[in-house]
Amino acid sequence: MNEMIDLLEKEHMRLDLPEINVGDNVKVYTKIFEGDKERIQVFEGVVIRRRGGNTRASFTVRKVSFGVGVEKTFPIHSPLIDTIEVTGKNRVRRSKLYFLRNLKGKAAKLKEKRDR
Amino acid sequence: MGIGLLGKKLGMTQIFNEDGTIVPVTVIKVGPCKVTQKKNVEKDGYNAIQVGFDEITKVKNVNKPLKGHFDKAGTSPMAFVKEFRVTDEEMEQYETGNEIPMELFNIGDFVDVTGTSKGKGFAGVVKRHGFKGAPASHGTHEYFRHGGSIGQNMTPGRTFKGMKMPGHMGNKRVTVQNLKVVDIRGDMNILMVEGAVPGPTNGYLIIKKAVKKLGK
Repeated sequence: MNEMIDLLEKEHMRLDLPEINVGDNVKVYTKIFEGDKERIQVFEGVVIRRRGGNTRASFTVRKVSFGVGVEKTFPIHSPLIDTIEVTGKNRVRRSKLYFLRNLKGKAAKLKEKRDR
Repeated sequence: MGIGLLGKKLGMTQIFNEDGTIVPVTVIKVGPCKVTQKKNVEKDGYNAIQVGFDEITKVKNVNKPLKGHFDKAGTSPMAFVKEFRVTDEEMEQYETGNEIPMELFNIGDFVDVTGTSKGKGFAGVVKRHGFKGAPASHGTHEYFRHGGSIGQNMTPGRTFKGMKMPGHMGNKRVTVQNLKVVDIRGDMNILMVEGAVPGPTNGYLIIKKAVKKLGK
């Protein structure tokens, strides 16, 4: 990656948001525009993936809604994200939690991370 | 017609619009571009401004005739030199040895970007012309990526000129028209245009005002 592009990308990065890791329970507050009205929508779930660097980075949040698995991918540095709230951290041993897609109910629960 | 800038493709990235949409952009280093020669009707038979870009740091590698040419203009030797055909009025705006300002383009303008496309070598018809190839099953035998028939029989008795066949692909001059200028950084000599431009990273580019938007 070119140094100049690196510099340009750094300008567009949002540094006000908390650091999120794979396995975190998060609440993502996104701005939704309906006509000229603006409101905030919350998407709560567990982060199953982080990818990309600098401004191109994105993360995917998974939740189970009325028995149906729902995943939503957000660009981390998007201006449409109002805030991100990290509600808990879980102990995970891999960088992509795709295995959660095949698990249901109690088996799909992650263990909470304990401070050492 | 009209003067343009010379540049170098640095690569691609993406930026966010105010409404949150992601715009793919190509980052181009334009300039410092300097006027290395002015050609006029009396002496050369046509009006043109010769522009140089990308200073050569190792002057000892430049041969003497070229070095003399750049010395005459009062600039250091340049690796990429191109001519732009210009009108009489434009001729008076630029002096030999001077830099061409980046203010030639503004944010929101449309530009045409010319470069040399990436070479693909000897390519078959599927890659080169987008042919569909033959069916993968139903008894096809050793004929998967072929182009099919290339003509008839005794009449006309030859294959027509321009028939799409395998051959060398890429590594030729390509112009992409009507790319929108998204951002300009005067201090860094950087121009950002929406979309892709021909050629590899570090490939040389010619950037001109969009021909199809001149009258608007």
